[in-house]
Amino acid sequence: MVIGLETHVELATKTKIFCSCSTEFGGEPNTHCCPVCTGQPGSLPVMNERVVEYAVTAGLATNCQVNRVSKMDRKHYVYPDLPKAYQISQYDVPICEHGYIELDSGKKVRITRIHMEEDAGKLVHLGEEILIDYNRGGVPLIEIVTEPDIRSGEEAVEYLEKLQGIMRTAGVSDCRMQEGSLRCDVNLSLRRAGTEELGTRTEVKNLNSFTAVLTAINYEAQRQRDILEKGGHVVQETLHFDSDTGTTVNMRGKENADDYRYFPEPDIINIVLRQDALERLKARLPEMPAQKCRRYVGELGVAEADAKLLSKYKAVSDYFERAAAMTESPRTAAAFMVTQMFSRITTEAERESWDPPVTSEMLGELLKLLDGGKVSRNVAKRVFDEMLDTGKPCTAFLSKEDLEGLDEAALTSMCRDAIAQNEKSVSDYKAGKEKAIKAILGSVMRASRGRANAIEAERILKELLNG
Amino acid sequence: MNSISKTRERLLKRELSCAELTEMYLAAARRENGDLSAYTLITDEEARRAAAEVDARLARGEKLPPLAGIPFVLKDNISTKDIKTTCASRMLEDYVPIYDAFVWSGLKEQGAVMCGKGNMDEFAMGSTCETSYFGGAKNPHDLTRVAGGSSGGAASAVAGGVAVYGIGSDTGGSIRQPASFCGLVGLKPTYGAVSRNGLIAYASSFDQIGPITTCVEDAATVFDAICRKDPADMTSRGAERVSGRLHSDVRGLRVGVAKEFFENLPAEIASAMERALDFYKRAGAELVEIAFPMLRYCLPVYYILACAEASSNLGRYDGLRYGHRAETFDDLDDLICRTRSEGFGQEVRRRIILGTYVLSAGYYDAYYNKAQALRRTIKNRFREIFTKCDLLLTPTVPVTALKCGAGLSPVETYQTDICTVSVNIAGLPAVSVPCGFDGAGLPVGMQLIGDKFTEARILSAALAFESGTGGAYLKDSGRGVSL
Repeated sequence: MVIGLETHVELATKTKIFCSCSTEFGGEPNTHCCPVCTGQPGSLPVMNERVVEYAVTAGLATNCQVNRVSKMDRKHYVYPDLPKAYQISQYDVPICEHGYIELDSGKKVRITRIHMEEDAGKLVHLGEEILIDYNRGGVPLIEIVTEPDIRSGEEAVEYLEKLQGIMRTAGVSDCRMQEGSLRCDVNLSLRRAGTEELGTRTEVKNLNSFTAVLTAINYEAQRQRDILEKGGHVVQETLHFDSDTGTTVNMRGKENADDYRYFPEPDIINIVLRQDALERLKARLPEMPAQKCRRYVGELGVAEADAKLLSKYKAVSDYFERAAAMTESPRTAAAFMVTQMFSRITTEAERESWDPPVTSEMLGELLKLLDGGKVSRNVAKRVFDEMLDTGKPCTAFLSKEDLEGLDEAALTSMCRDAIAQNEKSVSDYKAGKEKAIKAILGSVMRASRGRANAIEAERILKELLNG
Repeated sequence: MNSISKTRERLLKRELSCAELTEMYLAAARRENGDLSAYTLITDEEARRAAAEVDARLARGEKLPPLAGIPFVLKDNISTKDIKTTCASRMLEDYVPIYDAFVWSGLKEQGAVMCGKGNMDEFAMGSTCETSYFGGAKNPHDLTRVAGGSSGGAASAVAGGVAVYGIGSDTGGSIRQPASFCGLVGLKPTYGAVSRNGLIAYASSFDQIGPITTCVEDAATVFDAICRKDPADMTSRGAERVSGRLHSDVRGLRVGVAKEFFENLPAEIASAMERALDFYKRAGAELVEIAFPMLRYCLPVYYILACAEASSNLGRYDGLRYGHRAETFDDLDDLICRTRSEGFGQEVRRRIILGTYVLSAGYYDAYYNKAQALRRTIKNRFREIFTKCDLLLTPTVPVTALKCGAGLSPVETYQTDICTVSVNIAGLPAVSVPCGFDGAGLPVGMQLIGDKFTEARILSAALAFESGTGGAYLKDSGRGVSL
């Protein structure tokens, strides 16, 4: 299975790409419009400089080379949602080229190009009538095109998740698939294992959820496999994904190839990016999730699986970093968040918006107590659960006893009790089964309701049993 | 024919009110338009509104901008909010723009009095004004002749005395050629000097708005009034004012003469050119021989690239949002197809088809790319030329005003643009100045081409000729308003 993706990402600018109309989602139809974005005769586009900055930032965040001089082109096709009968896009000199996004496996999905273009309007079907809403017309997009490097639906989804994370972190787009600010076209072909030549591909257009991407890829691969196994030929065509049936259907009646008659947009002068402007954008680029993940593992000693989860969304990583800054053990902060918070906050949407009842400062305070040996890890865990249940700070759940812990005498007394109650384990231990001590230790911990320092307790148990 | 300065003087001396002046022009426009077809629309209401405002400013003793109160004609491809802008096309017969062109709003602010919208070739595609849906503008010097094109209406109105000056647009000669046919001064400014915002596009990388006037001084005045940088047109740069910098001293001026422009000229035009060159020589200019072998490529390059851009620019007229819409249709494709077939005239359809063809896969390299490469070569050649001379002198058109309905083939018509298109290809400024008459007494024009943003230089050379010949080549049509 050979897959290349073309992803449209709506940029988070306040105004449209060629005029000063608002890009806000929603709004009464045709209220965010002007002569420019409705293509009135004589109107001229003026390039929004923020769009160039965002597109360059997107390129820098995906390891692209930035073309210091690029240009806009006209792409012609006739459709009522395109008021000029051409889309202003970029043809042979895109703003960014030759980048990549690295997957968890270490595999790099190469990015061929990133170019800027305007979105079209939207057709609204109202019974027999078709109305056109141009609010979305002229909203700035970047199209990110990959090489055919993806080999499965899962890889495609992982690439998209990574892309989404990068774009959000870079602040160039909110990438909300349900609002259409991230849309994906899948190019897919099959070839025999071990061969190099690409098969005939089909293109599935406008997938607007990760599930749709996965389902469409699996369906389309199976459809092509069926054709090829019967000795047939795959027809190069553009398909539409029907999310109700989970199948792909031909989108365009005619099979003749599109001829977009691209030529340089004469109304827009060349886009020249000065070296200092480029340097400024580079300097302003925030840390990307992958870098962040590496830093968490390398510098903060966080477990790799935890680091991946914590670096995915900006709100989560900000929360983590604030809490981690308050403790000597960021690794523990990470573990607490992943085991106790992520088990409660389960959906991606919730994790992305990240609005837990406990603030990072409250978690930090708890971790400080743990650092100082004021509470045991087990008590801290229990308290953290209670904090998450109630939204109250840790002090609300810690007794004087909890905070002071157990003194040596109390702990020794508990150990003696445990030895008396666990005859079987004691005899096993004495017979040479060292692991049997864990059962006795468990008994101590239960009796102390987790307050006991496990290492201390084990030392005392050993002394008592061996002595 | 009245000049801006003469008209202004009458207003400032309060010899006549702007309202009176305007009524004279409106009445003359109504009276003459049957003969001339200079206007597609006479805008009485707008003219009276502006005149009243100017009179009020005069009454308050305000200092008036140079064009305040002066009646003029605006080519009908320049958008005027709430006033029909038709491009002389059935497609836009009833189209009313929702915004003002930059040039028009600037003129309005300065108190300019628009008497009406100037007739033109449909979407500015033509050299005779005869592709106008409303019928072509006539030449006031001989009503059996065309006014030229595409800004024929503006030239006809000015030469016919029903506007003091005109604002036209020039894509391949559309200001200079009708100016030449009607015995007027026509300035095509450097590409980017004047904002195109609101000019209904024919070929975006060639189009430029400019004045058609009765004398050089007026051309300078109007140019200064419209050449402001507009943030809404990325290709606009504005330009330095020229009025204070004009002079008529051509001593030491290097006038380039490229023989290619003088080949196969009718005898009367050739001798008018000879006389003009002789004038400059005697006035102390230096004639420099220049080779411009690229001239033979200019027409094909222009028609390929301009039509390519036109096919793109005119794609938006589909009947869905504005303009003509076919009444009966089967489906969306049929609606668009019928709308365009009905709405566009033959010449416009021809250029759309030609432009679509040269941009189509398989033909792109042979036509569009080759023409683009030649365009760069031509630009470079001009750059070289202007190291050897200060301006080029050529005929404006190799013919005088054609007979109406002469029935030339499209290619024959295109060939009359031979001297003007190279200027638009290279984005240069050029002015056409009257310099003679043919046997029938029809005006002959010469063209002065300068390097980018040297409007002051070419206008100075034009002024030197105009004043040095004592206005011998100005000719009153005897029509319209006489002050």
